[in-house]
Amino acid sequence: MIPELGHFALLAALAVAIIQGTFPFVGVWRRDARLMAVGVSAAQAQFVLILIAYACLTWAFVERDWSVAYVAANAHSQLPLMYRISAVWGAHEGSMLLWVLILAGWSAAVSLFSRSLPADVQAQVLAVLGALAVGFLLFILLTSNPFDRIFPVPEDGRDLNPLLQDPGLVIHPPLLYMGYVGFSVAFAFAIAALIGGRLDAAWARWTRPWTTLAWLFLTLGITLGSWWAYHELGWGGWWFWDPVENASFMPWLVGTALIHSLAVTEKRGLLKSWTVLLAILAFALSLLGTFLVRSGVLVSVHAFATDPARGVFILTFLAVVLGIAFALYAWRAPRFAADGELQWLSREGLLLLNNVFLVIAAAAVLIGTLYPLVIDAFGLGKISVGPPYFNAVFIPLTAPLVLFVGLASAVGWKRARWPEVWPRIRLALFIALGVGVCLPWLLHRHIQPAAVAGAFLALWTLIMACEEPWRRWRARGRRGIAQIPRAVWGMTVAHIGLGVWVLGLTFVTLYHIERDVRLGPGQSAEVGAYRFELQSVTPRPGPNYDADQALVVVTRDAEVIARLKPERRRYRAQGTVMTEAAVDHTPLRDLYVALAEPLEGGDWALRIYFKPMMRLVWLGGVLMAIGGLLAASDRRYRLARWAAHPAARIDGVPA
Amino acid sequence: MRIRYLLPALVLVGLVLLFAFGLQHDPRQIPSPLIGKPAPAFTLRLLGEQTPYTQEQLRGRPLLVNFWASWCAGCLVEHPFLMELARRGVEIVGIDYKDTDTEALRWLARHGNPYRTIAADTEGRAGLDWGVYGVPETFVLDAQGIIVYKHIGPLDEEAWRTKIAPLLAGGAG
Repeated sequence: MIPELGHFALLAALAVAIIQGTFPFVGVWRRDARLMAVGVSAAQAQFVLILIAYACLTWAFVERDWSVAYVAANAHSQLPLMYRISAVWGAHEGSMLLWVLILAGWSAAVSLFSRSLPADVQAQVLAVLGALAVGFLLFILLTSNPFDRIFPVPEDGRDLNPLLQDPGLVIHPPLLYMGYVGFSVAFAFAIAALIGGRLDAAWARWTRPWTTLAWLFLTLGITLGSWWAYHELGWGGWWFWDPVENASFMPWLVGTALIHSLAVTEKRGLLKSWTVLLAILAFALSLLGTFLVRSGVLVSVHAFATDPARGVFILTFLAVVLGIAFALYAWRAPRFAADGELQWLSREGLLLLNNVFLVIAAAAVLIGTLYPLVIDAFGLGKISVGPPYFNAVFIPLTAPLVLFVGLASAVGWKRARWPEVWPRIRLALFIALGVGVCLPWLLHRHIQPAAVAGAFLALWTLIMACEEPWRRWRARGRRGIAQIPRAVWGMTVAHIGLGVWVLGLTFVTLYHIERDVRLGPGQSAEVGAYRFELQSVTPRPGPNYDADQALVVVTRDAEVIARLKPERRRYRAQGTVMTEAAVDHTPLRDLYVALAEPLEGGDWALRIYFKPMMRLVWLGGVLMAIGGLLAASDRRYRLARWAAHPAARIDGVPA
Repeated sequence: MRIRYLLPALVLVGLVLLFAFGLQHDPRQIPSPLIGKPAPAFTLRLLGEQTPYTQEQLRGRPLLVNFWASWCAGCLVEHPFLMELARRGVEIVGIDYKDTDTEALRWLARHGNPYRTIAADTEGRAGLDWGVYGVPETFVLDAQGIIVYKHIGPLDEEAWRTKIAPLLAGGAG
């Protein structure tokens, strides 16, 4: 009964979404304020209905209702409650439901927090979001209904994919989807701007916090995904250039470009059509990511079930949505041609340059991801593009990007001259060069040119990120620091995050040591300066798996550093084997042990890795997200609301 | 309207055409670099025994080498068809991939055994050398022990009729 209720709620949500996607447009066309206002209530009603559907599916999982096919396929009677709740998004149907729930959530948020927008803009934005929801709801109802029943009812479920039974993966998809779907808001704003022909500083100011929020969720989602792969896949890798990873990385790159381009559009009124294009592209790449993952066009380690009918649906949807968006762009964007002049040596010039690098990087990732498909299409055979391509293309593209990030903060808007800029960057340049040469030597007694280059870029970014707060401190002391707006702090923290990330990336890539060893109890292996001794391997049953747990004692100069307990789990329902790596970490190094396979004679195969500065890679991602949060919560966006629509203050409507 | 504003739309059209093509092709038909090469060497033991089994014993007649496991759902899907092939007299050598002997034997006892011989690849070493992505995967070997075809995923009547049977007929003749 409850699953039918959920199904019905989804159908009702579709009806509401159709209203949300049409009435406000008609209202704008006829200048009818009441029709325009329908968008707000429809968005909120739609969110409530989808929430009900979502709750129904969760209920079916919690109650172990095996008569629901999706539940039977993705849960098991012994599966712990936390994973039964997260199993809702453990496979295709449920993740699409989560996707529309988040879309409806963003749409409801826009309806609540954008009351100060001009009524026609708000109506158009909500209508675009409603139209998108229609597409996704149809997709779920027609091709991937999670409420389908199965008969005869199985005795027990087939269990959740063991890969997904990890706390990290419980929150990874929701974060990623918050990011993906969040770009739909920027997209809706872009479409509204194209239709209404209105694209000014106020438009950029409305769009900025939404874009930054979506971007920070995507940043967190990607960071968490990388952290999860590192701990759970047992290979010590943290980024695989897998098609599914690329699918989340491309919108991130374009979203980063969009955030910076919006800044230029707001401050200087330049790059308008470029900003609109980026807003469309960021969401286009999110849709493309969904298509790539869900259609099975590309093979990936992410084992989601695939179905060609779904692929055809998403492809059609993608073609219609983006076809309309790009046609509108081709028709209306020429009128946004800027009047101002753009100097290369100015902040906006450097931001545009960074934009170009980011977009080319995203294009390079896209080409690498689609290349196998293209080769296949022209009948040239089947190939796969691996990390060598991506590393070869990506590093030369990002190195100058990082250089410009530091430079841009020393250069003012409009026009700058070298004689002014040089004194600001001189000191940072020398410090970064000096420390960049010393750091590899100090830490690893071995200098590689690539390590010096990476360390230099990282330090340069770190020092230059603090340029603006430092300048304000010198000018006005403590008061200067207190007056720094959150947006500037956000930029500072995010750029520090970038520096930390580059530092971690450089050292972990160049100085890691990996060894596959065979050890019996009591035997030990040396990796770098560390000695790893396998003391014992003991069985340890879990709730729905049986594990072998090893005890590995790590010593350095006869001093015990860590006692690591890696596990090898065999999940009972599907018999799948998973490794749980054990890691001892400090900011400067990770010691990583994974228990691979039992060998004859009581010996075990172990994978032992020494990974310098691994933590910094994720710390960088987290700092970027914190920077995003600071920037999105800037006072200016809240004030702007009052200023844009003074009537709101009189009505007492909370903004 | 200036042409550069139309560029994104044109790129989209190209991509959509590409994907429409991609949807009609099975991404699982990944080429194996091993096709046309001799079967990679391995030293395994027979399932449930200690008798060694090597790639040498695959020579002399065309046959199928099927990587499977008791924990694999796809293997159960193709199982009835393998039984049918065995009845038709096709020799299938099973390689039990990353599995335990007890569970594999229990699985065979419950569902039936389509294999003439089964080697146990408990650690997945042979699977690694053979480039196995996941189970089930089926290799077609000719009488000289050369790999002539690789099928990824559950084997079915269609794949057998269109791809494998002609190869075996040619190899045998």
